[in-house]
Amino acid sequence: MNLDLVDRLLSGDRRAAAQLVTLMEDGGPPARAAIAALYPHTGRAHIVGVTGSPGTGKSTLVYELAKEFRSRGKTVGIIAVDPTSPFSGGALLGDRIRMQKLSTDEGIFIRSMASRGQLGGLARATGDAIKVLDAFGSDLVMVETVGAGQSEVEIARAAHTVIVVDAPGLGDDIQAIKAGLFEIADIFVVNKADRDGAERTYLTMQMMLDMGEGNCGRDWRPPLLKTIALQGEGAAVLADAVERHLAHLEGSGQLFVRKKSLAEDELRRILGQELLDRLMERVWAKEWDSLTQGIADRTIDPYTAADTLLKAFLGGVALEGTAEGEDHDPR
Amino acid sequence: MPQKKIRVLVAKPGLDGHDRGVKVVARMLRDAGMEVIYTGLRQTPEMVVTAALQEDVDVIGLSILSGAHMTLLPRILELAREKGLGDVVFLAGGIIPDEDVPALKEMGVIGIFGPGASSEEIAGFIKEHVKKN
Repeated sequence: MNLDLVDRLLSGDRRAAAQLVTLMEDGGPPARAAIAALYPHTGRAHIVGVTGSPGTGKSTLVYELAKEFRSRGKTVGIIAVDPTSPFSGGALLGDRIRMQKLSTDEGIFIRSMASRGQLGGLARATGDAIKVLDAFGSDLVMVETVGAGQSEVEIARAAHTVIVVDAPGLGDDIQAIKAGLFEIADIFVVNKADRDGAERTYLTMQMMLDMGEGNCGRDWRPPLLKTIALQGEGAAVLADAVERHLAHLEGSGQLFVRKKSLAEDELRRILGQELLDRLMERVWAKEWDSLTQGIADRTIDPYTAADTLLKAFLGGVALEGTAEGEDHDPR
Repeated sequence: MPQKKIRVLVAKPGLDGHDRGVKVVARMLRDAGMEVIYTGLRQTPEMVVTAALQEDVDVIGLSILSGAHMTLLPRILELAREKGLGDVVFLAGGIIPDEDVPALKEMGVIGIFGPGASSEEIAGFIKEHVKKN
């Protein structure tokens, strides 16, 4: 059933793409089987993240940028993440409102995702949803994060090119200095450049860049651009910058480095979750109960308790397939 | 850890610009734990169905106050079926005269909620008709 979905995805069936994203959101073994089947068909898309504070115009900018890339003959997948309510578990996903005019373009696929309790600006399944749209054949996959504050930097672990959007009137330069967002940008945009204070925001950011802040690789200084997304102004220049960044990544060999580092992050995250799940499956409720009670009563500290469980767990697992005497770098 | 959620598209097809009601409903459903995709005003039937397909929703809720429901709703239902969305639950709200209700239900708009419908009624109806898990 799921493998049939993957076949349909690869033949360009849009419904299958939508259903596969849902499958990724639901997670579990069916999602894994589907990823295993579609993974060989991924790795072709240029993944572009768009992040910034709420209200800076991310959705509108994504729309304008997608439109620009369509006019350049590219197909575009868009994943727009909005927050899940921590109280009801529900979500109001409104990013499509700004993207209405693209919605019936066959070369565009827009999907809204709720963050479902995940912190960091993305949903747990965003990485897998990107793979679905990549395998679907999108030339670009654009990911719009939850309106980000100062530490929602997960997008840097998912995208090849990160666009950080700012707008006038949101805070002084200290806000910019402390924001982790500043460090993950490959491209900066001051949106709403027609508003009061835009010039000041622009100059502040330029100064920060001059001082060497930002994600300056040895040979890439993040360009600082002005846009007025609502009027489509600056979209072409921004699209040029996105293409230039990809060319830079390819030319300098950094694309490979970035992909490797994304792979490491991903594997580490999956392993962490897997180990935890499997360990929890093995821990007896009684043991768990007595340890947590012990921590609460101060008869054992939490680290020692964790050690106890880990030793019992790891002691029972032989490291198979490791030739004796072979070197293993500790990670 | 699997977590399945009911996904609902709420949209305003046609030309009327009265979106207070649809926004209230969107919020009600969010508060009932659903993922609600709101696509905004002045949606063509094509836009509604395309969005529903891409978002893989379980429910499409349409708010119409213009009186054009007997034109718009059949067109949307027809398109949805063409695209293979026959199993989606269709709801309508707004101003829909009682005499049109039987015909709409016959067409497949199984839930019709006018002014005064409560959150419990609408969310309860959806939870009853969408089979998840």
